[in-house]
Amino acid sequence: MSDAGLEMHVESPEGGSAPRKRAAVATSRDLIRKAVAESFVKLNPAKLWHNPVMFVVEIGAGIVTLYVFADLGVSAAKGPSGQLSFLVAIAFWLWFTVLFANFAEAMAEGRGKAQADTLRKMTTDTLANLLKGHSVEQIPASQLRRGDVVVVTVGETIPGDGDVIQGIASVDESAITGESAPVIRESGGDRSAVTGGTKVLSDRIVVQITSEPGSTFLDRMIALVEGASRQKTPNEIALDILLVALTIIFLLVTVTLEAFAIYSGSAVEVSVLIALLVCLIPTTIGGLLSAIGIAGMDRLVQHNVLAMSGRAVEAAGDVNTLLLDKTGTITLGNRQAAEFLPAEGVTQQELADAAQLASIADETPEGRSIVVLAKQFGIRERHLHADETEFVPFTAQTRMSGVDWQGRKIRKGAVDSVLAWVESLGGVVPQEVSDLARGVAEQGGTPLVVSLDDRALGVVHLKDIVKGGIRERFEQLRAMGIRTVMITGDNPVTAAVIAREAGVDDFLAQATPEAKMDLIRKEQAQGKLVAMTGDGTNDAPALAQADVGVAMNTGTTAAKEAGNMVDLDSNPTKLIEIVEIGKQLLMTRGALTTFSIANDVAKYFAIIPAIFMVTYPQLGALNVMRLNSPNSAILSAVIFNALVIVALIPLSLKGVKYRPLGAAVVLRRNLLVYGLGGLVVPFIGIKLIDTLLVALHLVGQGGRG
Amino acid sequence: MAFDITRLVAYGVVLVAVAYPLGLYMARVFAGEPTWLTPVLAPVERLVYRAAGIDPGTEMPWNVYAISVLLFNFACFVILYLLLRTQGLLPWNPTAAPGMGPDLAFNTAVSFVTNTNWQAYAAETGASHLAQMAGLTWQNFISAATGISVAIALIRGLTRREAREVGNFWVDLTRSWLYILVPVCIVLALVFVYQGVPQTLAGRVDVKTVEGAVQSLRVGPIASQEAIKVLGTNGGGFFNANSSHPFENPTPLTDFLQVLAILAIPAGLTFTFGTMASNARQGLVVLSAMMVLFAISVGVMYGFEAAGNPNLTAAGADQVASATQAGGNMEGKEVRFGIEGSALYASVTTAASSGAMDGSISSMTPMSGGMAMLNIALGEVVFGGVGAGLYGMLVFAILAVFIAGLMVGRTPEFLGKKIGPKEMKLAMFAVLALEAGVLVLSAIGVVAPAGLAGRLNMGPHGLSEILYAFCSGVGNNGSAFAGLHAGSLFYTVTVGIGMLIGRYLFIVPVLAIAGSMAAKKQVPPSAGTFPTDTPLFAGLLVGVVVIVGALTFFPVFALGPILEQLLMHAGRLF
Repeated sequence: MSDAGLEMHVESPEGGSAPRKRAAVATSRDLIRKAVAESFVKLNPAKLWHNPVMFVVEIGAGIVTLYVFADLGVSAAKGPSGQLSFLVAIAFWLWFTVLFANFAEAMAEGRGKAQADTLRKMTTDTLANLLKGHSVEQIPASQLRRGDVVVVTVGETIPGDGDVIQGIASVDESAITGESAPVIRESGGDRSAVTGGTKVLSDRIVVQITSEPGSTFLDRMIALVEGASRQKTPNEIALDILLVALTIIFLLVTVTLEAFAIYSGSAVEVSVLIALLVCLIPTTIGGLLSAIGIAGMDRLVQHNVLAMSGRAVEAAGDVNTLLLDKTGTITLGNRQAAEFLPAEGVTQQELADAAQLASIADETPEGRSIVVLAKQFGIRERHLHADETEFVPFTAQTRMSGVDWQGRKIRKGAVDSVLAWVESLGGVVPQEVSDLARGVAEQGGTPLVVSLDDRALGVVHLKDIVKGGIRERFEQLRAMGIRTVMITGDNPVTAAVIAREAGVDDFLAQATPEAKMDLIRKEQAQGKLVAMTGDGTNDAPALAQADVGVAMNTGTTAAKEAGNMVDLDSNPTKLIEIVEIGKQLLMTRGALTTFSIANDVAKYFAIIPAIFMVTYPQLGALNVMRLNSPNSAILSAVIFNALVIVALIPLSLKGVKYRPLGAAVVLRRNLLVYGLGGLVVPFIGIKLIDTLLVALHLVGQGGRG
Repeated sequence: MAFDITRLVAYGVVLVAVAYPLGLYMARVFAGEPTWLTPVLAPVERLVYRAAGIDPGTEMPWNVYAISVLLFNFACFVILYLLLRTQGLLPWNPTAAPGMGPDLAFNTAVSFVTNTNWQAYAAETGASHLAQMAGLTWQNFISAATGISVAIALIRGLTRREAREVGNFWVDLTRSWLYILVPVCIVLALVFVYQGVPQTLAGRVDVKTVEGAVQSLRVGPIASQEAIKVLGTNGGGFFNANSSHPFENPTPLTDFLQVLAILAIPAGLTFTFGTMASNARQGLVVLSAMMVLFAISVGVMYGFEAAGNPNLTAAGADQVASATQAGGNMEGKEVRFGIEGSALYASVTTAASSGAMDGSISSMTPMSGGMAMLNIALGEVVFGGVGAGLYGMLVFAILAVFIAGLMVGRTPEFLGKKIGPKEMKLAMFAVLALEAGVLVLSAIGVVAPAGLAGRLNMGPHGLSEILYAFCSGVGNNGSAFAGLHAGSLFYTVTVGIGMLIGRYLFIVPVLAIAGSMAAKKQVPPSAGTFPTDTPLFAGLLVGVVVIVGALTFFPVFALGPILEQLLMHAGRLF
């Protein structure tokens, strides 16, 4: 199995959030070797007991093995019975059925463990500078308690999760996020949270620890990827119940079959009954179920998302409504200048020239975009001599910025501010400029007025730029039955325009945390599941209320604790991928369950005629596969049953391919592939194995005595 | 042949035409809305409530509903048991039927309380008029009404939001018999009388035959029992020969009316379901799933019966249908019903848990007999018993939804309600109880000496006799394969236990599901929700029912009907 086979990529239109593979994951050969060893350890009945289906297989394998020894004893006393090789083969393959299932689980766990090991290395030998009064004491990081205050200086590793309470520093969080660019962490505000195991690259910060030892973010992450804190989700439990019930039904079928067989004068050997039982019970899904669950969590981790529980992942698959912040998710972070609208008597050239001059010192993205747009009018950046130039920075009071250059006062800014400024200089504002500005606002843009001394030259149209491909993304979501709601602080007019352009289903304009909360409650009251992202402390209540709350790793500790997932990349678009992973998880379970049950039909047609053909040759009519002999038929079914588990390990780890289509289409497709496929494939598989067994002279041609 | 098929299709059309208005009428009755019978029946209904001290305005949570069902049924059982034990001492016993023994009385009482109507007693001579009318016919009404009530409670559970109650059992029970069963039965009984079915309190009529001998013909209040026998999917006949007896089923018209009445309420309830779920298509899906399974059953039976027994052809007998003979396998069939009428009746009676018969299943070709058995073994969900068929099918719908829901990547939901571990546990328990009941009891039957002693035939046919008895008992069907000595101590007790398992180990989980679902929120459907009101879901439902049934019963069927059919082709008969 290649590395590529273990990785799962969900394409994102921007390509920017493609998952980075965590460094230092053990090589797959190493992984397989460990998983093989682990499969034997897992044979321990005390451990296997949590998987009832495989537990039954193990008991069956044990009983057949006892029969092998009994037969050996009889053979030693009375000469070979002729059934020994058959018994040995059955026992062998039954044991392998269990081993294959164990291997699948061990593979899934192994991949998580490999990630956990690299993480664990970071936690071990960190020393913390504990601040006690005015003195600093060095203690191991593992002894830190909630509320302790530590000092971290340049080059040191932050000893635990906490909030910066003093100072500012650039921090390398690549160990957690895989992102190599350092991030700024500072006291106060929304960028105060730091994670244990990350490294301070510059300056010095004082951190108040917010987690108890053993429950830091890193610890939780390790526990999650290792599967140690894995609890069965409601859906897994429900599926388990189905599988256990099916197992009981088939146990009854095989046990009572002995009675009917005795009645019919054709008692069946116990080993054959056990073979029949193992073939019938849902070993395929039973063997792969936990691997599917672990792999689902793992896929999230590969996307740099940490789910606090498997339940959250499942809930993600059920989400009805996605609340998405406009900025950063739907639109690029910032507005950009889209066009220059000159007043009468002013050329576009003149307006562009003035706008560019006013923006030269403006380092905001909006300012840069004006400079860029002006270039299209042939206006290059100019070097302004300091002695004749005075930049006027933007302030919240003036709400405009600009430059005094060669005695000319050039300004750009909010409509009313600039117009008032022009009038204060004695200028007359043409009605046309106000109209232009209103026009821009009505189209959902932000108008900036540009003035030169006492003349209002015109309006710059700043526009929200909707991310490329996001519209298609929302269309996919709609097909999946998920409603998207854009959350924005903009006024309703602006919001409506962007909403239309981006293709979201609804929007919440002038959103306050309370309004957000109300929206979530309203949706939930209708029985819908809501997912949202957030990073600020004021998002925390909404994150807690939402069924799936994805906190940004750059966000505050409060936000991270309120949500049930953390996105280490702090990429709000990730929510869409999380939903897909949730759905994929459930689909994989459903598909393999269907496949497993559908398989039984072919197995009946292999085994039932094989059992009774000796007494009633007429039942040979049911041997539709024309299998060679009763022994080869039974053995082929058992071998197929074991091998199909191995064959499906990659699928269970990778997940069933998810397509954003309507439920009816998805179901039809999956029923066709896994239902019909599950009916047909074993007929072919068993026939092939039977042919092979005979060709290799591994089973006798004759009937069973 | 073409004529037969036309008649079969016509039957399906008439059935739906009757079931549709009946279903809507039932929905109104259980919603407490006025119907055209309300002016007449409402005073009676109020009188019943006042007399019994019932407050019709108070609803019950599922557990109270379930306890009410169980206690009421237990009380019915005790009364019927005592009545059957003492019938010899009580009046209205013109044929001087003696009191039943304890095991037979147990078996018969359980049988009529559970809507099974398995008759281990000799119908003609074993029950007095009083037992027939006050005991058995009364139970025919009450057990049917119980089934309908439970189905209605489940529908309420599925369609209510965040509710605690699933209805009032006493009200549902009263409305079932008062507004539905009694009015239809009165009409039906009158038509039967018109067609020649006796209705009298006399015990026998002595007639002089052509040869001058005196023949004593057993008569009694037959038409009234006949009406509820078919309408309530009870099936317990006045005569042992059941509906093949000319006094129970004299003409092709009565035959047609009987098969129509058997499926009328089970089919009608699917429309009731659609109406109460405010989604007519949802009901249609259940109906079409039932219809498909039913059509397969009729097709198989008709096909095998029309083909007849190859050994007869080999022996020189003519089995080809012609103007002068029905053709095919006519053994055990009434000539006035023919192949088509008998195959239809056998399908109807086993699909619905009726158990009325107008021919002998034992005399059918092995595969037809197997088909009849499979109809029952599928869980009595192909229309099924009144109420029981619908709630059985809805349990399967929950299983189908669970698998389908997973496959579309969502936590499965049915009618907007999420299916969680609790519902799965209950649904699987119910299904498991039925299958375990049939398999385990049959397994005991085929190895226990007392079980083997009850057989009439050897080999696979004997296996079918025993298997059929337990399918029929656990499935609450009540039809018999014939041949088996059902009155023996072994079979009265074991089949009695089977009937109890099939009825109550299913009803209680069903009501628990109703309670659990009622308390849930209803998620509005979206494009991501798997729609349960489409042909695709109907197909899936059929698939789940068949797969669960086939996987459970294939091995034993292979040794029973399938083997017997294969042996018959090889020239061996049993």
